[in-house]
Amino acid sequence: MIHSLFLINASGDIFLEKHWKSVVSRSVCDYFFEAQERASEAENVPPVIPTPHHYLLSVYRHKIFFVAVIQSEVPPLFVIEFLHRVVDTFQDYFGVCSEVIIKDNVVVVYEVLEEMLDNGFPLATESNILKELIKPPTILRTVVNTITGSTNVGDQLPTGQLSVVPWRRTGVKYTNNEAYFDVIEEIDAIIDKSGSTITAEIQGVIDACVKLTGMPDLTLSFMNPRLLDDVSFHPCVRFKRWESERILSFIPPDGNFRLLSYHVSAQNLVAIPVYVKHNISFRDSSSLGRFEITVGPKQTMGKTVEGVMVTSQMPKSVLNMTLTPSQGTHAFDPVTKLLSWDVGKINPQKLPSLKGTVSLQAGTSKPDENPTINLQFKIQQLAISGLKVNRLDMYGEKYKPFKGIKYMTKAGKFQVRT
Amino acid sequence: MAASPAYGEEKGGSSSLGEPEYGHDPASGGIFSSDYKRHDDLKEMLDSNKDSLKLEAMKRIVAMIARGKNASDLFPAVVKNVACKNIEVKKLVYVYLVRYAEEQQDLALLSISTFQRGLKDPNQLIRASALRVLSSIRVPIIVPIMMLAIKEAASDMSPYVRKTAAHAIPKLYSLDSDQKDQLIEVIEKLLADKTTLVAGSVVMAFEEVCPERIDLIHKNYRKLCNLLIDVEEWGQVVIINMLTRYARTQFLSPNQNQESLLEENTEKAFYGSEEEDTKDAKAEAASMAKRKPYVMDPDHRLLLRNTKPLLQSRNAAVVMAVAQLYFHLAPKAEVGVIAKALVRLLRSHSEVQYVVLQNVATMSIKRRGMFEPYLKSFYIRSTDPTQIKILKLEVLTNLANETNISTILREFQTYIRSMDKDFVAATIQAIGRCATNIGKVRDTCLNGLVQLLSNRDELVVAESVVVIKKLLQMQPAQHSEIIKHMAKLTDNIQVPMARASILWLIGEYCEHVPKIAPDVLRKMAKSFTNEEDIVKLQVINLAAKLYLTNSKQSKLLTQYVLNLAKYDQNYDIRDRARFIRQLIVPTEKSGALNKYAKKLFLAQKPAPILESSFKDRDHFQLGSLSHLLNAKAVGYQELPDWPDEAPDPSVRNVEVPEWTKCTSREKRKEKVEKPFYSDSEGESGPTESADSEPESGSEENGSSSSSGSSSSGTEEEDEEEEEEDSGEQSEDKEEEEEEEEEEKRPKRKDKEGSHKAVLRTAGSPSEEEEEEGAKKSKKKALQGRKGRAETSSEASTSESSSSGSDSGSEAEAKQRKAPPSSKASSKEISLLDLDDFTPPPPQPIPSSSIISTSLVTDLEGLTLTDTSLTPTLLSPAFSAVKTYELLHRMAGEGLAVEYCFSRRPFPSDPHMVAVQIQISNNTDTEVKNLRVNEPKPLSGMRIQEFPEIEHLAPGDTATVVMGIDFCDSTQAANFQLCTHTRQFYVSIQPPVGELMAPVFMSENEFKKEQGKLMGMSEITEKLTLPEKCRSDHTIVQQVTSAANVGRVPCGASNEYRFAAKTVTSGSLVLITLERREGSSAQLTINSEKMVIGTMLVKDIIQALTQ
Repeated sequence: MIHSLFLINASGDIFLEKHWKSVVSRSVCDYFFEAQERASEAENVPPVIPTPHHYLLSVYRHKIFFVAVIQSEVPPLFVIEFLHRVVDTFQDYFGVCSEVIIKDNVVVVYEVLEEMLDNGFPLATESNILKELIKPPTILRTVVNTITGSTNVGDQLPTGQLSVVPWRRTGVKYTNNEAYFDVIEEIDAIIDKSGSTITAEIQGVIDACVKLTGMPDLTLSFMNPRLLDDVSFHPCVRFKRWESERILSFIPPDGNFRLLSYHVSAQNLVAIPVYVKHNISFRDSSSLGRFEITVGPKQTMGKTVEGVMVTSQMPKSVLNMTLTPSQGTHAFDPVTKLLSWDVGKINPQKLPSLKGTVSLQAGTSKPDENPTINLQFKIQQLAISGLKVNRLDMYGEKYKPFKGIKYMTKAGKFQVRT
Repeated sequence: MAASPAYGEEKGGSSSLGEPEYGHDPASGGIFSSDYKRHDDLKEMLDSNKDSLKLEAMKRIVAMIARGKNASDLFPAVVKNVACKNIEVKKLVYVYLVRYAEEQQDLALLSISTFQRGLKDPNQLIRASALRVLSSIRVPIIVPIMMLAIKEAASDMSPYVRKTAAHAIPKLYSLDSDQKDQLIEVIEKLLADKTTLVAGSVVMAFEEVCPERIDLIHKNYRKLCNLLIDVEEWGQVVIINMLTRYARTQFLSPNQNQESLLEENTEKAFYGSEEEDTKDAKAEAASMAKRKPYVMDPDHRLLLRNTKPLLQSRNAAVVMAVAQLYFHLAPKAEVGVIAKALVRLLRSHSEVQYVVLQNVATMSIKRRGMFEPYLKSFYIRSTDPTQIKILKLEVLTNLANETNISTILREFQTYIRSMDKDFVAATIQAIGRCATNIGKVRDTCLNGLVQLLSNRDELVVAESVVVIKKLLQMQPAQHSEIIKHMAKLTDNIQVPMARASILWLIGEYCEHVPKIAPDVLRKMAKSFTNEEDIVKLQVINLAAKLYLTNSKQSKLLTQYVLNLAKYDQNYDIRDRARFIRQLIVPTEKSGALNKYAKKLFLAQKPAPILESSFKDRDHFQLGSLSHLLNAKAVGYQELPDWPDEAPDPSVRNVEVPEWTKCTSREKRKEKVEKPFYSDSEGESGPTESADSEPESGSEENGSSSSSGSSSSGTEEEDEEEEEEDSGEQSEDKEEEEEEEEEEKRPKRKDKEGSHKAVLRTAGSPSEEEEEEGAKKSKKKALQGRKGRAETSSEASTSESSSSGSDSGSEAEAKQRKAPPSSKASSKEISLLDLDDFTPPPPQPIPSSSIISTSLVTDLEGLTLTDTSLTPTLLSPAFSAVKTYELLHRMAGEGLAVEYCFSRRPFPSDPHMVAVQIQISNNTDTEVKNLRVNEPKPLSGMRIQEFPEIEHLAPGDTATVVMGIDFCDSTQAANFQLCTHTRQFYVSIQPPVGELMAPVFMSENEFKKEQGKLMGMSEITEKLTLPEKCRSDHTIVQQVTSAANVGRVPCGASNEYRFAAKTVTSGSLVLITLERREGSSAQLTINSEKMVIGTMLVKDIIQALTQ
């Protein structure tokens, strides 16, 4: 299936290559570079590029192109999903996934890749199995390794692959047994010029950090499971149980994982927690335009809106902007024409605003389009859909775990058209 | 080596080992030598005795490989370390070997013997990794060795090794495709494997080696469907894609005569996909009058049903695979379920979005209704990458219909003002398509587009012109105004395509604009020489048309244009001019065509149909690379058309060679079927342990290998076995010691010279090998005795040493003894064997379930006669005994414990529930002092421990009974299971039905008792009995299997009564099931214990309706 993998950085250097079958010359990447040149931006490089003898499937993450070379028919999503899994694994191993980190840990990276695919077919992609095979580098371990000459490769052969619960290793031990669940909801919305909602939906995830001894069997139930319209589970969740009782029953993987992602149906009215008042106008006659935006809270259920960040892509003809914010800091990049305004907290008594003038290139006519405003924000302790976890029970182990649950609402792709 | 100078130079810069004085030497020879020298220190490190140095060297080498530098000249130095003890060094050597073996085939052979040794290792993971590396070395000479290794591994006990074997198959095939036939045999064997671990990999091998051998799938089809949910995600994708093709060849199209049904049934069918039976019945009834009804093959339904939950997978590839399966295989009415899942994927990374949107675009053309509810999910954000925007636009256009067009057009209006000009152009085209498809909005669209003509951006205008041209062609008469407007644009617009379009329009409809047309031609004639080719051609066209319609005004102009064209640089234009001049200008020479010139030029032209580029893509299997590229990719398997006549469905029936086998297989299958997800009680069956023994004929002489048969041994036999076992063990130890010595010897020799090792494997058998051979066969003999691999006869014939023949005879003796004991055991303990009569899992073979139910009732009769012995407490009214897992083999480090409720009274305390525990030792060491420790029961609960098991030999199984007083609650009893080394926390949770014991009473007594338990103590529930659960036998069987109750005779034929007493408190539990007309029924339970009553109602209904 997957023949080879090339890692290409932003400047077009191939800094890592790995082959699972016969070696494919790196010159195959020339086709990729061609396509890259044709596409103006990195994200516009087509994920699938046919070449005379191979097909190049790529994903772009962390400013690195991961280019897989395949030779024959294979579902493209299979490869793409796998490549993303590779990136996730690197991130899991090294904390961040960047060119420098990969270069520094090239041996570990190589060993991990070797285990992930056999003859181009995924072999072990479950991070807990991989971590048993090849231990992730930590500062302590690096120090110890250099002194004692011991290794990152697990000397115990992993048993996880053989088990019915491949996502959990046996013999997990903790002194503090804890299970934390974060319910994070993101609002995707498009708000039109007049402030009415064109489309809004809520996408949520439950991320868990479970550090429990032994083989705990957890059940998590909701106060209002009906809210969840469409769900996708970590493989550990017993599907039948969900179908019949709407209860999440699972033997958790060890450590961090995404238990569930869900979608709250569009039929439910979505509360929009913030509004943006905007007045952006360009005049044909002069080369000056007016710019004024105000952000305010709308339906926040009494919670504070924090971490507000406004970004907007200005038209090409904008030369510069002279703005004064009532709070926070703002910046305008005259090259990319990107305006960003870090607002911070919204104080309902004194609404943050950003006012000023826009200077346009002389001689050009006014831009057709007003810029769209992208909004980011965070609301702690609130799940905007109203989803509530009812209880968490543990079976199969004796001790009493410490349980914690946190709610948070964030802006997803929150866009205001002007 | 041609490339190495270049590499060398590069290395000089980047590698810390570089020697600058050579790095700058322009002579290539110098660089070569520097290369040579540079690697010298690496070689030294590799040759040293210190592992840390070797490791450092290997790390540097791997880093070189990763950067794409050539490190092949280190091959001899590296390959020496293949037997290194340090595991990381070893792994890195493997990495190196796999990378360069192809280039250095001869040297690579040095390593083979190490892997061959690894293949025989007792540790399954080492066997697997040896096979993995061996098969990854692409050296054609070792093909026979690989073939042998694969064959051996395919019948390995460990499913992990078998999985590796499956992985190795495509590797060997790509190395030597002549091995196909042999490989197919291995694939066939592995396809029959029942473990989830193997399934995905072997299907992948099947797809790569012999995708055309669809006949291999028949027998495994149902198994694959049932295993699917527990296979790892990548395997799921491969299996689903393969099954899609399979289903297309084996089943009839579910949509062939549904058109007529669709109108009436859409709603119902859409929601009621679960209750297939009833729906199918309805559909049948409806279509009966019209034509031959379509009945979906149950196997077809099985596939659809078992793949549906996977739409919830977190893996986008799995979701897509299921979606395409539904699109290609499901009845139209059911395809809708995939839309939601696909829309969910749109939240993922942009690459995933890109692929999903391509597929959605194709689907939305065929099944527009499916995605209509999700229209807003395809709205475009300014932050989307352009390629995503354009695909979303495509989907929006496909979804447009009369009802939603106004909202879509409003969206489009905002898009047109976007800064992304490519996207704007695509939007204009999309508007054009909406206008052609939906007549209602054509005028609105046209007006909108005309307004765009005054846009400042030239690209926008040009695109609009092109689209307007197409639209106008549909109804030119009404739009002379627009044509006039466009004629004016020729002064400003510079985009050639747009200019050409305008000229064509004016030429085509010159009759509508008689005054303007010649004027345009005049202007164009002026600028002719500066125009683009495409425009020039249209100018000639316009001139010709005008000449034909209005020759008076345009004759001279036409002549002028034609003359200009005659001397044009482009030969196309010169040709065109010459051709047109001949055609339209009448001369004495001009032929017959002249008369038809007008007809030729001014014929009615069909309006172009604006259609999606995704229109015909669905002949490619969706989700495939070929579909994405809209071109057949290498290795693409065509999706076959539905057959007209369904092939024989019976090929998928799995025939059963003999009765005992069948039952054991059935049992296994059940186990396999519900490993993780299926049971809420967490019965995660050991999927792999179930068939770790090979299914050869020699199975019988293995008395203690599998868990099933052995436990039924009588005490007598047990004793004997123990004796024998201990004997074996001591022998084993000796054997091992010898073995160890044996192993040390070759290792020493390895160090002397690895060349010799190669000679040995390849060449004539030396003394040593003979010795080794003897050892091997001796070991084999032992194994044979244990029933693992070989038959004893083989062992004894190949044997020369005394101990060997000894073992052979011993084994034979045992073989003789085995049959009678097994017979005896089947009589002795009915409980476990009755297990075998469990009706098979719901769908697959309805016929066999009939047999088993009748057997069931026969046996029930038998037990009823037994009642005389125990008048009040009935010994178990027959029912299937379910086994539950107490300790999984993995969690228990080789110790597997299962329990079942034997439904016998616990002898020492009548208030206790007897729990039969079966412990099997799968480790290779003896387990001692197996006992229950520190029971920590909840308040009131009591546990009567089973007597300590002092020894449990490897591979042995022991069955014990313990009593638990659950206090009539379903709380779990927790305790520790201890061995001499470890302790395991386990818990037993009883189903409510096991908390009672059957009671015998007459009908009158029953009625009397029931009268006392009315009101609060009565729970009534209505239910619908499924078709297969309407016979008396089945109902009785289902109830008695759900709960340990006794049947009470009953006068009415449509009523069933059962009675039981809870074990601890002895409160009565009375069950009445009354059948009403049709399939409805009413279940009444009378019991003081309301909690038990409610739970029991639930359990029984579940048992009856599933």
